[in-house]
Amino acid sequence: MSLQSQSSPSNGAQRKRWPRWARRNVMESVAVALIALGVLMLVQPFSITLYGWSFSVVLAGTVMFMIVSKFPE
Amino acid sequence: MPDMNAIADRVASATPPHVGKAIRGLSDRSIAWIFVAPTMILLLAINIFPLIWTVYLSFTNYASNRPNRAVVNVGLKWYQDILSSPEVWAAMQATAHFVFWTIFFQTLIGFGLAYLIDRKFRGHAFWTTIILIPMMLSPAVVGNFWKFLYQPQIGLFNYVISFFTGIPPSSFEMLGSVTLAPWAIVIVDTWMWTPYVMLICLAGLRSIPDYIYEAAEVDRASKWRQFWSITLPMALPFIMLAVLFRGIENFKMFDMVVLLTGGGPGSTTELASITLKRQAFEAYRTGYSSAFAIILFVVVFGLANIYVRALNKVKQR
Repeated sequence: MSLQSQSSPSNGAQRKRWPRWARRNVMESVAVALIALGVLMLVQPFSITLYGWSFSVVLAGTVMFMIVSKFPE
Repeated sequence: MPDMNAIADRVASATPPHVGKAIRGLSDRSIAWIFVAPTMILLLAINIFPLIWTVYLSFTNYASNRPNRAVVNVGLKWYQDILSSPEVWAAMQATAHFVFWTIFFQTLIGFGLAYLIDRKFRGHAFWTTIILIPMMLSPAVVGNFWKFLYQPQIGLFNYVISFFTGIPPSSFEMLGSVTLAPWAIVIVDTWMWTPYVMLICLAGLRSIPDYIYEAAEVDRASKWRQFWSITLPMALPFIMLAVLFRGIENFKMFDMVVLLTGGGPGSTTELASITLKRQAFEAYRTGYSSAFAIILFVVVFGLANIYVRALNKVKQR
């Protein structure tokens, strides 16, 4: 109980400092959207330019997912 | 039942004194590490080292049939070649066709079967077992016997199609036709893996509490309304899970398609993994195929991340 009362203010302050747009849930959604976009670019039959950039987009999404999954909720 | 104290005494007396002394000096954490270390070393040697080595090879001109040739760093050349190659692009599209349609049919039929099995009619356990049989077979066995089923002269499949449509059975060849072969592999994969999707969907349907339906009955919601407002939304995370899991698996599909068509006719059923195998073990372009393997790995890893996120959402429910 005492531990809770000691740690709560600092946790609250940390939560306040962390920007809303950079919360884990939001950023994970962006990363997942990037991965999905990259996969779509990889398999679409319309433009070889999009196909050429697909791997970079998937890689960016995957790396981003790995980083943002460590962010606070 | 052996006396546990006697066993403990025997083990203690069999331990050499210097080993016993060394162990007594270790913390619980160190002992835990000693137990875990062999597995970790094995995993590093079997999984992580080959991955790092493949990444290294993907930047070199190494060819496994010419091991004595000087290995030269080629930078991102193989990645650029792959990502601008119309052949690889075509293979990716063949893979996409296969993945999309197998998932579409498997989800549709799998969910339908799960919905029926969930009704708990008489003998539903028996029929569940029968439906699950294709999933338990080896892909090699499935590939071989569907090859016989698709045989235009003696195959059962052509006769069944002929029976329903009136087309002569030997007038079409499922595995030899450019237009039919991509659908032939879709049919076989759907036949084999629909039970798997059904199982996941069934788990989702069984997780919906009865009281929600009872409340809907009290509110006079029709069966149709109950399906769209309760059943489908609550089973959706499970359906998504099945879709992602099958998507990842089918993106890597190799064995069954090789046995059925070998990538043919021409290259109409040449999926990405078959192209990769041809580059690695027929053309011996090890550096190129390593880069291709890394690209496929990153894509599958990315899809696996989506899968993990979907799984977490299911857990949160």
